[in-house]
Amino acid sequence: MRASVIVFPGSNCDRDMAVAFERAGADVTMVWHKDDHLPEGTDIVGVPGGFSFGDYLRCGAIAAKSPISRSIVAHAGRGGYVLGVCNGFQVLTETGLLPGALMRNANLKFICKPVDLTVETTQSAFTSGYRPGQRITVPVAHHDGNYQVDEATLALLEAEDRIALRYVDNPNGSTADIAGVLSANRRVLGMMPHPERAVDAAHGGTDGVAMFRALSEALVSA
Amino acid sequence: MKVRVDVMLKAGVLDPQGEAVRHALGSLGFGNVNGVRQGKVIELDLDTEDAAAAEAEATEMAEKLLANTVIESYAVKVLG
Repeated sequence: MRASVIVFPGSNCDRDMAVAFERAGADVTMVWHKDDHLPEGTDIVGVPGGFSFGDYLRCGAIAAKSPISRSIVAHAGRGGYVLGVCNGFQVLTETGLLPGALMRNANLKFICKPVDLTVETTQSAFTSGYRPGQRITVPVAHHDGNYQVDEATLALLEAEDRIALRYVDNPNGSTADIAGVLSANRRVLGMMPHPERAVDAAHGGTDGVAMFRALSEALVSA
Repeated sequence: MKVRVDVMLKAGVLDPQGEAVRHALGSLGFGNVNGVRQGKVIELDLDTEDAAAAEAEATEMAEKLLANTVIESYAVKVLG
């Protein structure tokens, strides 16, 4: 698996994401946002958490217009895989690769704690390493994680089994307790919780390992 | 030419920040505030003297970047 992890000014989970991919056996390249193309042979793009461009205008809005973001959209258009975590999820909604938008948490507080999630579908390369309905614990750390979609889109997401993860105890007001959603072709996942912060016993939990391992098994480089 | 773009959350989209402001106003004794919606004002200084062109350009900017039309609406006003 060849993974490219994007670095925006203000990204702060890029190295954690790189380590998580490396431990799953990936060759990882860090890619600066001003680069206008992804490394040759990229199987999956990791869009990390952080505060790209200081969250100016809207979270992820400026990053979504970066030169590299056009390449990420093209990569996804070719059927490439993309994982967006936290600010990365916000960037992916701003690019239009994923539906909906992430708004200020309903309680207006920055929330930083481990949360319980249920795996709602295992029909994706991201979640195939879990059991259907499995409860996992993964940290969240966000101020703008309140996922909002309109009713028609929610119905579509449910009909197409594209809700990957839900909160057991909704911390931020997200519609239908949604913590992570898949694209129509199931190859783009955006999620607010940080699986890369749950890959080592020292993190306090290792429930993120199965995601990176499953990706590594699915995306064996040619 | 100066152009103003007002960006507001669409009707029906819950505005947690506006709600917080409403509560704060209540605690200051402003008891008759039924609702508060918080938005953004963006002022553009465009290098053109053509009002119609300025409006069209600002509208394109709003569609592409200044507003997230999934949750926000916008209004463009040429100030001259």
